[in-house]
Amino acid sequence: MSSSLSLKAEFIKGLWKENPVMASLLGLCPTLAVTNASMNGLAMGLATTFVLLSSSLMISALRNFIPHQVRIAGYIVIIATFVTVADRFLAAYFPAISATLGPYIPLIVVNCIILGRQEAFSSRNGIGRSLLDSLGMGVGFIMVLVVLGSIRELLGSGSIFGFAILGDWFTPWMVMILPPGAFLTLGILIALANWYNDPSRSKARKVVS
Amino acid sequence: MSYFLLFFSAAIVNNFVLSYFLGICPFVGVSKRVSSAVSMGMAVTFVMLITAVVTWLIYHLILVPFKVEILEYVSFILVIASLVQLVEMFIRKMSKPLYDTLGIYLPLITTNCAILGLALFSVLRDYAFWESVVFGLGAGAGFTLALVIMAGIREELELAPIPKYFQGAGITMIVAGGLALAFMGFAGMI
Repeated sequence: MSSSLSLKAEFIKGLWKENPVMASLLGLCPTLAVTNASMNGLAMGLATTFVLLSSSLMISALRNFIPHQVRIAGYIVIIATFVTVADRFLAAYFPAISATLGPYIPLIVVNCIILGRQEAFSSRNGIGRSLLDSLGMGVGFIMVLVVLGSIRELLGSGSIFGFAILGDWFTPWMVMILPPGAFLTLGILIALANWYNDPSRSKARKVVS
Repeated sequence: MSYFLLFFSAAIVNNFVLSYFLGICPFVGVSKRVSSAVSMGMAVTFVMLITAVVTWLIYHLILVPFKVEILEYVSFILVIASLVQLVEMFIRKMSKPLYDTLGIYLPLITTNCAILGLALFSVLRDYAFWESVVFGLGAGAGFTLALVIMAGIREELELAPIPKYFQGAGITMIVAGGLALAFMGFAGMI
């Protein structure tokens, strides 16, 4: 079975319509855990996208050689290998980020976005399409992490990517960079996305305009 | 650290779900009914206990002596995946009633990040054998506690007038935020 979408649509769908976090609620653990600052969200998103792209490349290339019965185990081994690569790379070149993210980097292995894309897409499509699909999903994931991280960092520390945005008058809302802030912010973002996607609302907008 | 303190810390103070965000998928997915939350919690605790024992043995008796710690992630995830299958087959043969309660939840556990997280944390914190067993039990108890509280709240929520756009995942996240806030109250205890 191969997808009938155009190549561009294959990339675009991951950004919003089938966004892994906002539309399918996948990969919530890292989404909530590492987004107490924009930089952490970006690093996590990039690491996940790297693993997603490389395992898609590998699995779509090998899709006719992996026996159907043991495919999940095969995917997991391939994914875990690339996660080890990403983890060692971060530890060697960006030790500070690696220390902040801690066990959440190895936990990319069990990120359901990655296994989900392999099972649903890369194992059934060619290399080119699989890479585009993974890139779309990865960029969509990075966007959510950076937005969530920026909101939490802005309200919790008064800065974005470490640059002070709000002045001294602002008392940081400590709770935003603590665990409850993650749940609350994501809950409100999901509600906003529901509101934006609501078909009855867009119909009303068209009638008015 | 005494075993009791370790258990208490893993179950309540540093609750896996509410302060490490591990196992969020089942937390959102299987928390609609208290009865299924209890079964899922039991299944996870059971697998966590076995995982704690097996991954400790593998890390300290195989990976460290042969100096291949770099294979940690690959071997842990493979061991967990096959362990879950083994447990499932074992329970099906041994106890039919237990299988009927836990059966459908077991395959889901493979991709539950709380299990791999448990194995990684006990390596990272350099736990001795019994410490890592107690840590596994505590983490399982904490997971069950969070799941059951959440399911209780969600059963009540069905009767509540929730704003249209917050229905489903939105309100679940907000409630989880409230729960996490409540659990933060334990933070000063250890």
